[in-house]
Amino acid sequence: MASQEVLREAPSRASLINDPKVRSIFYQCLVVALLVSGVWWIVHNTIVNLTNLHIASGFGFLKGRAGFDISDTPIAYTSDSTYGRAIIVGLINTLIVAFVGIITATIIGFVVGIGRLSKNWLIQKICTVYVEVFRNIPPLLVIFFWYSGVLAVLPTPKESIHLPFGSFLNQRGIYFPRAIWGDGSWLILVGLLVGIAMSWFVAQKAKQRQMATGQQFPVFWTSLALIVGLPLLAYVLSGFPVTFDFPKQSTFNLSGGFVVKPEFLSLYLALSFYTAAFISEIVRAGIRGVAKGQSEASAALGLRSGQALRLVVVPQAMRIVIPPLASQYLNLTKNSSLAIAIGYPDLTATTGTVLNQTGQAVECVVIMMVIYLTISILTSLLMNWFNAKMALVER
Amino acid sequence: MGKRIRVCLKNREKGLWVMKHIAIGILGAATLGLMASAASATTLDTVKAKGFIQCGVSTGLAGFSAPDDKGDWQGIDADFCRAVAAAVFGDGTKVKFTPLSAKERFTALQSGEVDILSRNTTWTINRDTALGLNFVGVTYYDGQGFMINAKKLPGVNSALQLSGAAVCVQSGTTTELNLADYFKANKMEYNPVVFEKLEEVNAAYDAGRCDVYTTDQSGLYGIRLTLASPADHVVLPEIISKEPLGPAVRQGDDQWYHIVKWTYFALLQAEELGITKANVDEMKNSPSPEIKRVLGQEADTKIGTDLGVSNDWVVNIVKAVGNYGELFDRNVGSGSPLKIARGINALWTKGGLQYAPPIR
Repeated sequence: MASQEVLREAPSRASLINDPKVRSIFYQCLVVALLVSGVWWIVHNTIVNLTNLHIASGFGFLKGRAGFDISDTPIAYTSDSTYGRAIIVGLINTLIVAFVGIITATIIGFVVGIGRLSKNWLIQKICTVYVEVFRNIPPLLVIFFWYSGVLAVLPTPKESIHLPFGSFLNQRGIYFPRAIWGDGSWLILVGLLVGIAMSWFVAQKAKQRQMATGQQFPVFWTSLALIVGLPLLAYVLSGFPVTFDFPKQSTFNLSGGFVVKPEFLSLYLALSFYTAAFISEIVRAGIRGVAKGQSEASAALGLRSGQALRLVVVPQAMRIVIPPLASQYLNLTKNSSLAIAIGYPDLTATTGTVLNQTGQAVECVVIMMVIYLTISILTSLLMNWFNAKMALVER
Repeated sequence: MGKRIRVCLKNREKGLWVMKHIAIGILGAATLGLMASAASATTLDTVKAKGFIQCGVSTGLAGFSAPDDKGDWQGIDADFCRAVAAAVFGDGTKVKFTPLSAKERFTALQSGEVDILSRNTTWTINRDTALGLNFVGVTYYDGQGFMINAKKLPGVNSALQLSGAAVCVQSGTTTELNLADYFKANKMEYNPVVFEKLEEVNAAYDAGRCDVYTTDQSGLYGIRLTLASPADHVVLPEIISKEPLGPAVRQGDDQWYHIVKWTYFALLQAEELGITKANVDEMKNSPSPEIKRVLGQEADTKIGTDLGVSNDWVVNIVKAVGNYGELFDRNVGSGSPLKIARGINALWTKGGLQYAPPIR
């Protein structure tokens, strides 16, 4: 018995240094310790240096009065608001441009990606040229192209181009009439929501019926009628409560109405067109990645090529497309910080102004990094969830 | 880090400077983080060891700091750095310039990237305290004004008529804050069009993106010269703020602060005593005890060495850049395209505000 115990212990004592498990734990602990002490050293040094340089630190400055104005304010903001609110205004501007940019880039990207696979020679070549041009130009130049090359050469406010429905286009942006919601206009919103809910219901029912009986139902036209018709009906029934504030010529600019400024427009268009070029390549790769037998099989089943694409090929291509698509969405969001070059008040621009007015460089850079990181991680999580939902379900 | 941006930025591709913009805050923060925590050598020692002064200037403002056609920096602010170099090394050419945007300037000084910030910067209490800077004096008394295109806007002759206008302004400046205050106080509306780079503001104003350009009046006169048709533009009479522009150094190094401050006073004192670039050598033999003292000709003088420089520091300064009056005339006054009158920037003896404590 005793000799057996000795035998059991002896090899483990000898191999403690050579034990792969112990070694791996040791090295992992070492790396973590080095990392933590490195970060601590930098943080400690920063604090000591800031104190030595008599620079105020901490996040208390966020409650101070900003004192500067911002050109695009999606939420109420004046020069009396706080620095913190100025940063939030910038964040919302970033989110707005990223959100609409992602939607537009996705739509253009899918259209162009499918277009590149078209059998029509002209469509295919146009799409190829588009992709090669936008993919090979730095995004900043695309932004400058839209800002200085397209929007800045539009006429002055006094010579505005008249567009339909009382809209105007000039070098200061696009001016739309702004709707003024009078009493009872809540009915229109209710009508819209009911329309959307009913369309969804109809679509579900139609799907069930098709599954059960094979009969189809014109879902698209019904939905369109519901979504447009119900709010319109509400508008008429509530006695035309909506009036419009049309843009009018004033001393300097057009006043009134709703303005989309050229800074936003050029950033939005540039990011959309630039990212769409990459998305279209991803879409093309995804579609090419679906085995040829799939489209041949659907043709054999009697599906038209459009149906085959929509019902058979694209759903399978999505599994290949989504992961790289997520990276493109992250790229677009991060590229929106190039807004600074043309004066769109995004997160980088407003936080940069706050940085300069307060001198709180370290704090402001930390805030920016944390916010961009958060946006990116949330986007990734959302795309991972979507990917998991679209993944092939094994039966 | 200094070498990174020494080249005239106008000639570079725009992409580079925007990348730099985004990087500068991070780099600045990183520099603050990575600077040795032990008490470092004094600025004077560091400057002497490296053999030149790193001077933070603007990215190009005519009359203050702008590269000429040979790439040499010209202007009051650039010359002030040369004056400091002359005081320290006896040679006004031992300066290297770092062009900085309004946003980058304080971080660059705080982190030690530049030794002096001589970049048309307004002296405010916030910058003197919370930002950890020390302003040494006022090299140019300025005030904020407005410029409009009179051809496009006939009938506008006062800033009080500007309600509803689109106003171009540079971000991160006191100008931006004064603008907000002025329109608010006068119950007027405006659309800010804000850029980070001076060149971008100029381009936007010239292209008609905004109706009004606002910055310090001296700046407006300089910028007007660079526009497509300068004659069309007028500077409105209103001055809406005090903008005392001057050089700044880091807090915590009194010796360096004194050298830079007394360089400024020496420029003024030289003008007051009539010492010019041309006559400085003759003046050394002047019978006046005051002139002799200022020029370090007094027996056993310790004025220069107590400051940390040589006793003939004032001679070196004047030989390098002239006195304050010469510096002013050459860069923004009658000898320059800007033709700005001395006004309140005249010496106190001539009814202006420029006044130096005695050098004794």
